[in-house]
Amino acid sequence: MTDLLTKLRAGELLLGDGAWGTMLMARGLKPGACPENLNLTRPEALREIAALYLEAGAEIITTNTFGGSSLKLADYSLGDRTEEINSRAVEVLRPVIGDRALISGSVGPCGKLLLPYGDTAPEAISDSFVRQIGALIGAGADMICVETMIDLSEAQLAIKAARSFSTEIPILATMTFDATPNGFFTIMGTSIEKAAAGLEEAGADIVGSNCGNGIKKMVEIAREFRRCSRLPIAIQSNAGLPENRAGEVVYPETPAFMAEAAGQLIDLGVAVIGGCCGTGPDHIRALRGLIDAHRGGSIGG
Amino acid sequence: MDILQEIGASLRKGDDNRVAELTRQAIDAGMGVGAILDDGLIGGMNVVGDLFRRHEIFLPEVLLAARAMQKGIDLLKPLMIEEGIPAVGKVVIGTAQGDLHDIGKNLVGIMLKGAGIEVIDLGNDVSAERFVDTAVEAGAPVIGISALLTTTMSSMKGVVDLLRERGLNGKIRTIIGGAPVSKDFADEIGADAYGYDAANAVDQVKALLGVA
Repeated sequence: MTDLLTKLRAGELLLGDGAWGTMLMARGLKPGACPENLNLTRPEALREIAALYLEAGAEIITTNTFGGSSLKLADYSLGDRTEEINSRAVEVLRPVIGDRALISGSVGPCGKLLLPYGDTAPEAISDSFVRQIGALIGAGADMICVETMIDLSEAQLAIKAARSFSTEIPILATMTFDATPNGFFTIMGTSIEKAAAGLEEAGADIVGSNCGNGIKKMVEIAREFRRCSRLPIAIQSNAGLPENRAGEVVYPETPAFMAEAAGQLIDLGVAVIGGCCGTGPDHIRALRGLIDAHRGGSIGG
Repeated sequence: MDILQEIGASLRKGDDNRVAELTRQAIDAGMGVGAILDDGLIGGMNVVGDLFRRHEIFLPEVLLAARAMQKGIDLLKPLMIEEGIPAVGKVVIGTAQGDLHDIGKNLVGIMLKGAGIEVIDLGNDVSAERFVDTAVEAGAPVIGISALLTTTMSSMKGVVDLLRERGLNGKIRTIIGGAPVSKDFADEIGADAYGYDAANAVDQVKALLGVA
């Protein structure tokens, strides 16, 4: 694990995991139920998913805490169980993972809009992240992953919350961008250039993008991050955008398609490559093959 | 610049106090409520909608403009009731049962209000019964349903089916939207319209209300 942490800090290429939501649904998560509550009620389901991603070759395994901020959990009347839900998320995975992968504490948006656009004060959002991230770090998370952010200010509050507990812990922070005629922006209007600078300023060690795009657009996004930032870059791509095929919702990008295009991410020097919505263990296995081939190639000459 | 144009310009800047002040001035100057609403507030918000659609502005500007618009509407409302000016139309919106993602739905609500439409927002995780009962009680001819999770798409069909069951299809129309939803899916479940983004949803709702 120390080895993996050293690699992560050095910006060496590591493979992340894929989507968790779909895996949880396949194991009985009911529509409308709180995914993070399964940390308390179904730890064996979480261990099973972690084991599948580990077996597929992931070196970073994300905790099931995307909606684990106290503000978000309050939607399910679980706000007062924030600490328990987040610490269990790490604790249940450790026996399966040991030091074979890094446990990355996932922190998603709190679901509220900051003043003046919304009705929530920055202090309330900050407190919410402090409670979540304090529990994740306290339970032994190896790193923190602030992800799917559309509001740079909210992302910065999450990063600073993590930094308040540890100056050492690696923080990966990614935002979700839309392609517009003027380039990539989050729906709140943050450009990649502003995101790269703002995430770094708040204390992130690795910056980049997850969700919202398939692998080809993600290559463009990675290129723009490379142009704007000297920090290591993380890219966790969707398997394309969801399509409806005869009533079935399908993410169109196959593992082979993703792995082929992801070669360009390696060429750009992206440090963390993983999957987001629509990806599963097969996508991660295909990316593993790509990375191993690349490593073999570079080591062997 | 005349006062109505100035209302539009202040709206685009999200200056809610200025919008309220100008709306008050327009009322005091004896301008018609309809003109202040259509040429000032709704006209200004249409411009904001267009800029958003063209990616020239982003969500924060739209949110601030909508809040400014609401300040103007609050001043006009008593006069609208007095003069018997109806709202452009009434729409019940919410996210499908089992779906707690509401950014898209909120955005559609803001844009609908911006078009002068009365919006009854039922929030998240709304059951088919609640959608239909509310529309009937409020006399709203349109129900808008949003979903982000693919697993909640089937509950959209539940609303359409319930309307049919109660003989309300054709009287109360449905529009659906959200990342996993498509025109094909709307056709398949028998929804009356599909909005591919927030701005398009407003156009579609207007068409359903017959005010396009």
